[in-house]
Amino acid sequence: MFAPVYFDHNATTPLDPAVRAAMLPWLGERFGNASARHEYGRDAKRALDVARAQVAAAVGAEADEVVFVSGGSEANNLFIKGLAGRMPPALLAVGATEHPSILRPAAQLARQGWQLRRITVDGDGRIDREDWRDVVSRRPALVLVMSANNETGVVQDIAALAAAAAGIPFHTDAVQALGRIALDFRSLNVAGVRAMTISAHKIGGPQGAAALIRDRRLDLEPLIAGGGQEGGLRSGTENIAAIVGFGVACELAAARRVETAAHLQALRLRLEAALGGLGATIFAAGAERLPNTCYFALPGIDGETLVARLDRAGFAVASGSACSSTEIGPSPTLLAMGIEPSLAQGALRVSLGGTNSARQIDDFVFALKTMALNLRRLGAVAYSG
Amino acid sequence: MTLKLPIYLDYSATTPVDPRVAEKMIPYLVEKFGNPASRSHAFGWEAEAAVEDARAQVAALVNADPREIVWTSGATESNNLALKGAANFYAGRGKHIITVKTEHKAVLDTVRELERQGFSATYLDVQENGLIDLEVFKAALRPDTILASVMLVNNEIGVIQPIAEIGAVCRERNVIFHVDAAQATGKVAIDLASLPVDLMSFSAHKTYGPKGIGALYVRRKPRIRLEAQMHGGGHERGFRSGTLATHQIVGMGEAFRIAREEMATENEHVRALRDRLLAGLADLPATYVNGDVEQRVPHNLNISFAYVEGESMLMAIKDLAVSSGSACTSASLEPSYVLRALGRDDELAHSSIRFTIGRFNTEEEIDFAVKLLHQKIGKLRELSPLWEMVQEGVDLSTVQWAAH
Amino acid sequence: MAYSVKVLDHYENPRNVGSFTKEEEGVATGMVGAPACGDVMKLQIKVGKDGIIEDARFKTYGCGSAIASSSLVTEWVKGKSLDEALAIKNTQIAEELALPPVKIHCSILAEDAIKAAVADYRKKQAE
Repeated sequence: MFAPVYFDHNATTPLDPAVRAAMLPWLGERFGNASARHEYGRDAKRALDVARAQVAAAVGAEADEVVFVSGGSEANNLFIKGLAGRMPPALLAVGATEHPSILRPAAQLARQGWQLRRITVDGDGRIDREDWRDVVSRRPALVLVMSANNETGVVQDIAALAAAAAGIPFHTDAVQALGRIALDFRSLNVAGVRAMTISAHKIGGPQGAAALIRDRRLDLEPLIAGGGQEGGLRSGTENIAAIVGFGVACELAAARRVETAAHLQALRLRLEAALGGLGATIFAAGAERLPNTCYFALPGIDGETLVARLDRAGFAVASGSACSSTEIGPSPTLLAMGIEPSLAQGALRVSLGGTNSARQIDDFVFALKTMALNLRRLGAVAYSG
Repeated sequence: MTLKLPIYLDYSATTPVDPRVAEKMIPYLVEKFGNPASRSHAFGWEAEAAVEDARAQVAALVNADPREIVWTSGATESNNLALKGAANFYAGRGKHIITVKTEHKAVLDTVRELERQGFSATYLDVQENGLIDLEVFKAALRPDTILASVMLVNNEIGVIQPIAEIGAVCRERNVIFHVDAAQATGKVAIDLASLPVDLMSFSAHKTYGPKGIGALYVRRKPRIRLEAQMHGGGHERGFRSGTLATHQIVGMGEAFRIAREEMATENEHVRALRDRLLAGLADLPATYVNGDVEQRVPHNLNISFAYVEGESMLMAIKDLAVSSGSACTSASLEPSYVLRALGRDDELAHSSIRFTIGRFNTEEEIDFAVKLLHQKIGKLRELSPLWEMVQEGVDLSTVQWAAH
Repeated sequence: MAYSVKVLDHYENPRNVGSFTKEEEGVATGMVGAPACGDVMKLQIKVGKDGIIEDARFKTYGCGSAIASSSLVTEWVKGKSLDEALAIKNTQIAEELALPPVKIHCSILAEDAIKAAVADYRKKQAE
């Protein structure tokens, strides 16, 4: 079978074989409901406890700070709505380039009487320090700033931001950061971070498991009511197979992080050096970025057109974040960074994973170069600037 | 052949994943790992196609349009989405909600939360057999009633509620009708083309599919609107945001396909075993079946054994994986609220066992269970001062018990 | 719930299960608890002419810890005088069986059963 080269690890990652091996018994003979009081149930409950400890250890948290949920979007919704549900409408501040699963719930709160304040980012996608001081001085009731951006890969200095916002409930979406940069909830918590979202399927784990890591002092209202699982914060029969996979994936990601990051960083630099030769604009080039993410545009070439051609040539890349790619139009993240819409329309995201190789990068650059040449010659500038 | 112990008789808590389902899921845990929301490459399209195939399979089991199926993380989320989503969307019409005291916690707790938000709720009593009296339901309707929620099959006692009749009343009165069908799929034929039901919750892991995946049926004609409860990338036409777990969805689709094709033969199998169990226990004195015997799914038997205490009974029969009360509440030792709603006293509620039989049970296992129960219930009754008094002809209700 | 080895032993092999006939010389009965609370204990003692408890029997409706607590006290009261039997404290029972906090009430009930049986004996003697 012809296997395309997968360069879309920020959308989802292939399941690690060791993770799969750990999951399979839970799709087979070990099938109990963790709430049941017989041996099948206790077996599931023990597996849940082990996974909880693994996840906690990987991010420097305590096991009882982990709330398992079905995905990163749910974790983000749980924090925003869970905390907002416990207080009267007030000021809510979110980074301008947050994931839709933060921006949309925030917009929902705005319809319910909350005042929504977007925190400005600079041209490289970093939180603007001056605007940050202004936001903090207004004492918002909650603040959300992502650890690393899904499109640009820009890494925010969360500890410093949180420290400057002492006493304000601070959440960071660390879905893209997990396994790619160091992540320690304890030290972030000391700096003032009260909750953090992580997800399994961005680190070689399965889709269907994620966690909200949260300070136990945080008073959250559950999003999903019922049987009272997860300490009453998240009802519903636990997805044991996926949670077991999440635990193992976390353990592997933590163990391999430094080595993998070095490998990814080398590949990205190789790619970016070649892109420079093609006249590409690399977004957020001046900021600290995830080692695996390169977001760029070839001026004058439409991103969607290029992505479709690359797919046919056997390269799976993204034109925007997968979660918002049903929307037409340039990336709101790039627009928030002040990028010209015409350039933003050409955006292409390559997000690498541990199994990618230098050879794949070189093949990709070659394919891209050929396509760019053809497209420019055809004048296929299929966008309205 | 020796039996594998404990014998699993708790299929209403969760079912094993059918090996055919697991086989379908595996490719999506290996090479077909794409995010179905990825629109820019083959990995994403392949996942999306699989998700849509599964949607059609789920819709086929209940005779719905695939566009009426919304994926969720499970029936608990489906119940939350249906009730909060409809109540919030239609709040302008009225504030009254009707449900039943024997519903699953996912419905009861959600309705309680809606009460805190300013809605008012009526929790209907059931008859001694666990079934709703249609007249009682009608009497509870108010001009400002906007929503009613009644489960199709009760998780503890397995009784089948008359949802067609209740739905007809709701339709007449312009009340949105939600049905929790988590325990019904594969056991009861569901035809949403003819049933007057607006919203219906499903779960995969009660029907030999994987955990962590469920669905909500949202009627298109007449169209039912919901306020989303999880916001984000706008997946599931905005009803429910969040990356879909493709392998789990594929598993649910296959599980529901099997359920549709094999429901008739499977129901015969489990009914025969259930009846064998019931017949085997018939000569144990002072045992009571909880819930209507006729209007009931074929795989459920819920029995109270009088004069033995519930916890010691569970200890005695640890070779049987059964449940006493709902799995979701059995972490606490509260007597089952479902059995209480039937009017059972606390002692009988405490000493009840729910047997739920499934696809992989055998006659040998049932016979083992019958023998074990005779032996252990007998032993515990020998230990029981209550049983002794009853044998001596004492009416326990006349005894002055020492305050404790 | 995890039971201690000793609770399991008494539960699996309860000692001195049964009943004496109430009319028998020296037999006294203590019945404590209520079905609605989930525990009923019946403890019987047979007291010799010398005032020493010669034998004991029990029946218990209750959880494993309640059965174990009552089984244990039937062993403990044997050979004791009534006052010695009354000196048995629930804390000793709980400690011996390693009962978890949620099961302490079982040991209290067992202590109450001894008191009730001794009281019944003394009442009968007084008559």
